[in-house]
Amino acid sequence: MRALLTNRNFAIGLLLTCVFVAGALISFLWTPHDTSGVDIANKLKKPLSEGYLLGTDHFGRDILSMIMVGARTSIAVAFVAVGIGIVIGVPLGLAAAASKGSLMDEIIMRSNDLVFAFPSLVIAILITAIFGPSAVNAIIAIGIFNIPVFARLTRGAALSLWQRDYVLSAQVAGKGPARISFEHILPNVTNLLIVQGTIQFSLGILAEAGLSYVGLGAQPPIPSWGRMLAESQTMISFAPHMALLPGLAIVFTVLGLNLMGDGLRDIFDPRIRREKR
Amino acid sequence: MSLLSISNLNLSIRKKPILRDVSLTVDAGQIVGIIGESGSGKSMTAYCVTQLLPEGLEPSGNIRFNGKDILQTSEADMCAIRGAEVSMVFQEPMTALNPVHTIGQQVAETILIHEPETSKSEALERARDALNRVELPESRFPLSRYPHEMSGGQRQRVVIAMAIALRPKLLIADEPTTALDVTTQAEILTLLTRLVREDGMGLMIITHDLAVVADMADHIHIMQKGQIVEHGPADRLFQTMQHPYSKALLAASSHVPDREQPQGETPLLEVRNVLRDYPLPRTKLFAKPESFRAVNDVSFTIRKGESLGLVGESGCGKSTLTRAILGLEEIQGGEILLSGEPVFTGKKPNRAVRRKMQVVFQDPYGSFNPRHRVDRLITEPFHLLDSAPSDRADRIAEALRSVGLTPDDAFKYPHEFSGGQRQRIAIARALIIKPELIILDEAVSALDVSIRAQILDLLAELSETHGLTYLFISHDLSVVRSITDRVLVMQHGKIVEQGETQSVFDNPTDIYTQTLIAAAPRLPEDLRNF
Amino acid sequence: MLRYTLSRLQSLILSLIVASIVIFATVEIVPGDPASFMLGMNAQPDTIAALREQLGLDVPLWQRYLHWATGLLGGDFGTSYTYRTPIAEMIAERLWISLPLAIYALTLSTLIAFPAGILAATRRGSAADVSVMGFTQLGVAIPNFWFAMLMVLVFAIYLRWFSAGGFPGWENPLLAMKALTLPAVALALPQASILARVMRSALLDTLSEDYVRTARAKGLTRRQTLWRHALRNALIPVLTIIGLQFSFLMAGAIIIENVFFLPGLGRLVFQAISQRDLIVVESVVMLLVFAVIIVNFAVDIAYAIVDPRLRGNR
Repeated sequence: MRALLTNRNFAIGLLLTCVFVAGALISFLWTPHDTSGVDIANKLKKPLSEGYLLGTDHFGRDILSMIMVGARTSIAVAFVAVGIGIVIGVPLGLAAAASKGSLMDEIIMRSNDLVFAFPSLVIAILITAIFGPSAVNAIIAIGIFNIPVFARLTRGAALSLWQRDYVLSAQVAGKGPARISFEHILPNVTNLLIVQGTIQFSLGILAEAGLSYVGLGAQPPIPSWGRMLAESQTMISFAPHMALLPGLAIVFTVLGLNLMGDGLRDIFDPRIRREKR
Repeated sequence: MSLLSISNLNLSIRKKPILRDVSLTVDAGQIVGIIGESGSGKSMTAYCVTQLLPEGLEPSGNIRFNGKDILQTSEADMCAIRGAEVSMVFQEPMTALNPVHTIGQQVAETILIHEPETSKSEALERARDALNRVELPESRFPLSRYPHEMSGGQRQRVVIAMAIALRPKLLIADEPTTALDVTTQAEILTLLTRLVREDGMGLMIITHDLAVVADMADHIHIMQKGQIVEHGPADRLFQTMQHPYSKALLAASSHVPDREQPQGETPLLEVRNVLRDYPLPRTKLFAKPESFRAVNDVSFTIRKGESLGLVGESGCGKSTLTRAILGLEEIQGGEILLSGEPVFTGKKPNRAVRRKMQVVFQDPYGSFNPRHRVDRLITEPFHLLDSAPSDRADRIAEALRSVGLTPDDAFKYPHEFSGGQRQRIAIARALIIKPELIILDEAVSALDVSIRAQILDLLAELSETHGLTYLFISHDLSVVRSITDRVLVMQHGKIVEQGETQSVFDNPTDIYTQTLIAAAPRLPEDLRNF
Repeated sequence: MLRYTLSRLQSLILSLIVASIVIFATVEIVPGDPASFMLGMNAQPDTIAALREQLGLDVPLWQRYLHWATGLLGGDFGTSYTYRTPIAEMIAERLWISLPLAIYALTLSTLIAFPAGILAATRRGSAADVSVMGFTQLGVAIPNFWFAMLMVLVFAIYLRWFSAGGFPGWENPLLAMKALTLPAVALALPQASILARVMRSALLDTLSEDYVRTARAKGLTRRQTLWRHALRNALIPVLTIIGLQFSFLMAGAIIIENVFFLPGLGRLVFQAISQRDLIVVESVVMLLVFAVIIVNFAVDIAYAIVDPRLRGNR
């Protein structure tokens, strides 16, 4: 744990991430202002105005409150999408590695390649065209794209672990492929999965913002960073703060997660760690 | 004046001394062997000479090569010296060549770098000559070959061709044969010796294996912990050795553990006409993959209490055979019986039989799941029992004690142990369910000689106290010779010769066995009794 | 090499077939009848019947798929319900904006990433390395459409160097390129950051390989070793990323078009979604997936050119 906090990248990343997660959590209980109502009297206030730390938008809604509530959407979408990727992708990767060279391995890997040909946005377009736009679409679209990411990563790492003598020893002790996968392979790929998980989390936040921006993600009245940016676009020349602030929220969250991922990678990989000292 | 003279060379990495007052000389046409165990600083000495040390390391002392003061030479001038006057050959031929260039390009590059005025075609012609000199004839090895199309020994020849293309004055070979099979090793050593004699160049050969250089070097230096502890002319050094470390090294190299002869006559393991086919990588999605016969009609028997050796070079099928005996893979023909029962019944491994055998692998670093504690690691074989034993803690303690560790070690993680200690843990894991047969798959090959001797002694002792039978699989003939009663020689998936170890080694009948034994590096004959 | 190309070609065709089936099937799972879905709640029964006939909904599923797929092969994407014009024409027109934009961005990103990555790897730990790593860390975190909005604010609104959006057409190529410049930069920046990081770490990996040590022992300088030995080997992971990035660029282009009001594929598809014009959506999606699969095929072939180990077997 001390190693974790003495890593500068990780410490800064954790701090940034905590700020936004905390903001999202607090927003359930309290926000500076109500985000659902319209208050035309107070519209387009500049940041640092009295009572409005970050100013207001064209409906007079408090931007700080909107960002706090918007963090909920971003974090929830990205979190569930990473969850989908791990829960489906990791077992597929483990199974493919355990049966290397078999027809099952081949089919799993070929399907992975196929899914890679469908960027999240394309999946979102398809789903939205049929079911209409919603935050759930964004989750599904990003989640599907995460599956092959985790499946490939897991398979690659697992394949090299299957060459280790300790796996052979476990086989000599009569353990089957499923048991070996969970007892010997999975615990030794978790570090990689955590690192990749943070990175996919940050990519998920970016993807969700993009989808909401073009109207394929969260729908009104659910606040979302992407849609705040879309709404700000026509007012950018006279109310630039409406475009700047949600964008900065995205950048800092993603930066925080990436720094955390980098830090974790350094901490987990003893080869790099030794080099750095 | 000597071609190369190193005097009082010192080197530290982060304040930790790596080399201490190393002094040695190499003359033109002389072969100098440097011997030491891993971490003794022998490779670092070589890197100092070519100034290819990891960045930030500053050696002190004096290195004079051909009149030049190497430590004062600029990087640009060093580039002119490397490859032209001093060349190097490394340990890992499989990765030493750039996979995306042809061998012709790579050999010609040495010439083009140092003699930029040479035309490309002339450089390729001279590359051809260099390849011919290392016995890679044009008919089989055209310049357009890529490294991945060649074996390890052939690649090492390409590396040597690159090194000698410009006829350097000094060649430094850092463990040039360690990664190779015995017969290939012998060929490479002969080649190097021939080139030295032909070109009159100096050769500095670095190895951990005393026997490799014993009959090749003119002068030998023995290194320990960054210091040269003993040196002298090769023909006299072995008789006059004084330093305790060199004596210990020599004793360990020719170590023969004390062992009782086998008593039993009952067969324990019977292998009859075993066939094992491997599917080759799938080329088409749905087509049935083609296969390769890795084990071809192999039969032999191990008697209770016996120690049987299985020798062969890489790719001969010995690992495949091991997996079949362990019941990890189904065989395509023949049968494998342990105490009369098949290891594989009805498409499934036979657990009752598997309890009676265990295995110890080569790599002391990859043998353990780094996330488990020793107690969990060594009790893994309990999975083969129908229920976990009630005296688990006692059995852990007993197993650890019998391999020379303490019961407290059960609560440590594998990274807290040295290589030799880990191999003891691996043996403890094999012992814990009281098997009758232990398969030792290259179990001492990765260990330094002194540690190897200790492990061999332990194995000899355990076979008596626990009534164990060993199947000893190794590419190292001297190890097999010292610890087995009978030996099998395997080539291309077949057993080509079997018999009493002593008689097979003294009077091999099969032509392959003869080559193998002739190729094995040996210490001078008179030292055997020493 | 021929065998390798053929085997890759085989998997290319397989991917295309499976992808087209997936897309076709997804549109088929529309709740209820596609014709009434496309026309909305208040449609007259006879218009629905007319559309059903036009969509060929009266024949079995597999026949419809075959009809659609053979149509695609011949460049016939069907007719847009909303505009009553052949979809192929509409797409071709839009493609003249989206494709140059993606290629422009890919070129920019490569031109930025290669020197930056090489610089960072060769001067590891130096100020140059630290600043490249810092900039790329930021570049990866910035959403491209937001970056595009900021550029509009700075270069179009404050400085007035560029117009804030729209596309003048290809009659004057210079003006057209100028109109695509801000969008291409916005698209390229995050991709260049990723690529520079991959280039750096791939180079650091190859620089520690044994054959680099061999090359140094031959007398090559550090610089020569880098250009002759390390770089080509480092290209293998870099190519993988370039291939992957193409799909992100196609997707990114669709979003960026929104910021700059470019009449590209993105605008087409969002209009089609809001007008429930399923055939157009289906066609554009198929086209995007097709492009990604083709690019991945090209990357596979590039691998074999770079790495001789792939040519012989496999």
